[in-house]
Amino acid sequence: MSDLHDVAVTVNGKKYHHAVEPRLLLSDFLRHDLRLTGTHVGCEHGVCGACTVLFDGQPVRSCLMFAIQANGHEIITVEGLGTREKLHPLQEAFWEAHGLQCGFCTPGILLTVVPFLESHPDPDENEIRQAISGNLCRCTGYQNIVDAIKLASEKMKT
Amino acid sequence: MTKLIGQRIKRNEDPRLLTGQALFVDDVNIPGMLHAAFLRSDYAHAYLRSIEVSAALNRPGVVAVITAQDMGDEWQPGPPLVSPPPTVKGVIFNSRTQVPLARDKVRHVGEPIALVIAENRYIAEDAVEDIDVDLDPIEAVVDLETALDRSAPLVHADLDSNLAAHLVQHRGDYAAARSEADLVIKRKIVIDRGAAAAMENRGIVADWDAKSEHLTVWDTTQAPIPIRNGLAQRLGLSVGQVRVIAPFMGGGFGPKMMMFYPEELLIPWVSMKLGRPVKWIEDRRENFYATTQERVQVHEAEMALNKHGRVLGVSHNFLHDSGAYDPYGLTIPLNTQSHVLGAYDIPNYYSDLKVVFTNKTLTTPIRGAGRPQGIFVVERLLDIAAKELGIDPVEIRMRNFIPPEAFPYEREIIDQAFAPLILDSGNYKPVLEKAAAMIGYERFVRDEGPRLRAEGRHVGIGIVTFIETTGVGPYEGARVTVEASGKIRVATGVGTQGQGHFTSFAQIVAEQLGVGIEDVHLVTGDTSDFHWGTGTFASRGAVVAGNAIYASTQVVREKILKLASKVLEAPEEELEIEAGQVRVADIPSLSISLGELALLANPLRGAVQPGTEPGLEATAYFGPQYGAAAFGVHAMILEVDPETMMVEIKRYVVVEDCGTILNPMILEGQIHGGVAMGIGNAYFEKLIYDENGQLLNASLADYLIPSAGEVPRIEVGHEETRSPLNPLGTKGAGEAGTIPVPALFAQALENALADLDIEILEMPLSPNRLFEILQKKEKEK
Repeated sequence: MSDLHDVAVTVNGKKYHHAVEPRLLLSDFLRHDLRLTGTHVGCEHGVCGACTVLFDGQPVRSCLMFAIQANGHEIITVEGLGTREKLHPLQEAFWEAHGLQCGFCTPGILLTVVPFLESHPDPDENEIRQAISGNLCRCTGYQNIVDAIKLASEKMKT
Repeated sequence: MTKLIGQRIKRNEDPRLLTGQALFVDDVNIPGMLHAAFLRSDYAHAYLRSIEVSAALNRPGVVAVITAQDMGDEWQPGPPLVSPPPTVKGVIFNSRTQVPLARDKVRHVGEPIALVIAENRYIAEDAVEDIDVDLDPIEAVVDLETALDRSAPLVHADLDSNLAAHLVQHRGDYAAARSEADLVIKRKIVIDRGAAAAMENRGIVADWDAKSEHLTVWDTTQAPIPIRNGLAQRLGLSVGQVRVIAPFMGGGFGPKMMMFYPEELLIPWVSMKLGRPVKWIEDRRENFYATTQERVQVHEAEMALNKHGRVLGVSHNFLHDSGAYDPYGLTIPLNTQSHVLGAYDIPNYYSDLKVVFTNKTLTTPIRGAGRPQGIFVVERLLDIAAKELGIDPVEIRMRNFIPPEAFPYEREIIDQAFAPLILDSGNYKPVLEKAAAMIGYERFVRDEGPRLRAEGRHVGIGIVTFIETTGVGPYEGARVTVEASGKIRVATGVGTQGQGHFTSFAQIVAEQLGVGIEDVHLVTGDTSDFHWGTGTFASRGAVVAGNAIYASTQVVREKILKLASKVLEAPEEELEIEAGQVRVADIPSLSISLGELALLANPLRGAVQPGTEPGLEATAYFGPQYGAAAFGVHAMILEVDPETMMVEIKRYVVVEDCGTILNPMILEGQIHGGVAMGIGNAYFEKLIYDENGQLLNASLADYLIPSAGEVPRIEVGHEETRSPLNPLGTKGAGEAGTIPVPALFAQALENALADLDIEILEMPLSPNRLFEILQKKEKEK
């Protein structure tokens, strides 16, 4: 169990070199090794979507990948979107439209939606609901999330 | 005074949450921290013959393995949380509380048997696999209705039966009412189990510092103060030596409420034993087995009516499943009794409750907490009666409402707090009228419904009403402080799990003290900041903590004006507070900032007047006389696909009367989420146990939480009947969205499938179960 493998990975534009066990989950690597705790873990079996990050620009469930699979790849987590002082337009839209309550599922939803809005700059409600159908939220009933994503699409056009 | 209460104001807490900067329990990282994993029972009911842990202990990286034996005299069942049982005549209550680690016997799948502490979680889980445990399985008690049979195995062998409690409540004379009735509806109604399934599982980090003799615990609890008090007592510490922090939480919904889960005691205990910080984070599978569940009840219910549709009485014998232990007392079934008469003026009532032990996970309140079951029973019986009498479902409800002049309305039974159940205020008719108008009830019944039916479509309408008793005592408190920066610090004891407290509570303060919302910094759920209180449950945050904050803010406002009057040499009546400044109304240039006043109130030199206190600060408490009763109506139009039995919700309307609204944006969000959970309760979410007490769908892939595709857009309307019991006039709303949804689903499904003449007498349903009900009906024909 103790054989370690080198991982060189770029997270939010910053390069990291770590030696990890082959079985270390990418979600645990991000949260506990890199201390990027904005990525949340809700189920560890790929259903809830809370741990979604961008892997070379595509949304992936970080609980279903091993850290070593990220070797040589680029990852964006919620910490790489915007800051408290300067939010990403998608984060701003979630704030304005009350698209979050407990906020636990939110990072995964934001990172699911970033590439979605790139490919669907003017989405309708059905497309939005499809896009987030793999992200579970227990607080909001999704309505304000849908509205927030629509609002974000408008913000990002201008 | 700038009006802030009642405004849609975006939330103070959101930038932190949106950028991944909010602290959740699993984000806590302390140098030298160890990690815990539990060996849990694979059987629902078994004797524990032996445990061999040496292989686990020998694994590199393992620091300790703890069994019940290792705890010695410190092994003790948990304290009951809600006790003593109510002082109703003839009540039976057998208290059997959960144990830290199973010693002789396991009583549900997932019950902890051993605790492993290791350098990381991966090693701890490996070591759990190394433990050799000999469990000798015996027959499990699973079915509620046979659990009280003489031949049933006993969950607790020292009791004569699996009866956990027996309690009878009544009002008036049901038998007499029944003998005078024109119609008696009698049905058996069955409600099965569901999970709260908060997106964040439970978690605890405990850090015992031997030199400072201080224990710090981060816990996913809705009730940090009771946890602090209980830990101090169990660990032999003073409350001042224990700090419990409930940081940001990924949803609570009830099961994170002061259970004193075994883990909640063991992790702090083992941190003290080892002198090291220890973290345990529940995984999703454990959450399905070891976090409490709710809803199981079986009712044999009767409603007696006259021919005009007036309800003369309701009677029900019901069974409630407590699971393997009953630390939460009778809260859930008492809530059911408090709601089984709904919003109606029903003079005669008889209720016989039996609570039963089974070999399943414990039940404690989940959003709704016994209320959905009560509302389901009364609304179903009323629907069936309406049909028999040829009265419209809306009309029969109008005829039975408690009239506005009858408040405060005494039910003559006791509620979950063992106090007489009194509904404080209400005006139900306008709420129902508004909901009916919003959904276009008359138009649908007259035109749209028949037209769609003629087209061969199965589209139906439903409209149901509910009450929610909210905001119960005993009390909450708050401390409000004006800081030298001019910002306001507010500390309160309740925990927060996404309800928007950082904003709605800030609105109460900011309005009174003339500052911006963003200038109010709220601390919740940290016992070192405020250490009196009970917790966030029973839809009571806005009512009890909200009014405590209001009360302390009022005192601070008085202190500000008094001091400013001296400084500005102007009478208090001429002063106003705006934009962080106190100024003389007619002479705005004559002003002083709140920050400067705060400094003056806490001087470094000179004499403070005798009898005064330093600072611009006040602590106050609020304890309501009794709970505030909210009311609401839900209406929906749904279409059933006769091929797949999937439903499409075409319209969903909620009209809610929860008294004064603090922030309609937050309130509507809570309602949306509540409805989503209710839709799960009605059509998707059922925990399926087999005859051995094994949970068959313990993953989010198999236990179906509604996703964005299943939850419709929800239209929300408001009425505001202020509660006379508190200065703000608020009533709770946190659980409201969930309560009536199963009853609504049942009515709308029956309406959509009217040609098939089915009766829905169970929850949760599923497409599959609806298909079975239709098949059965067809066979009967």
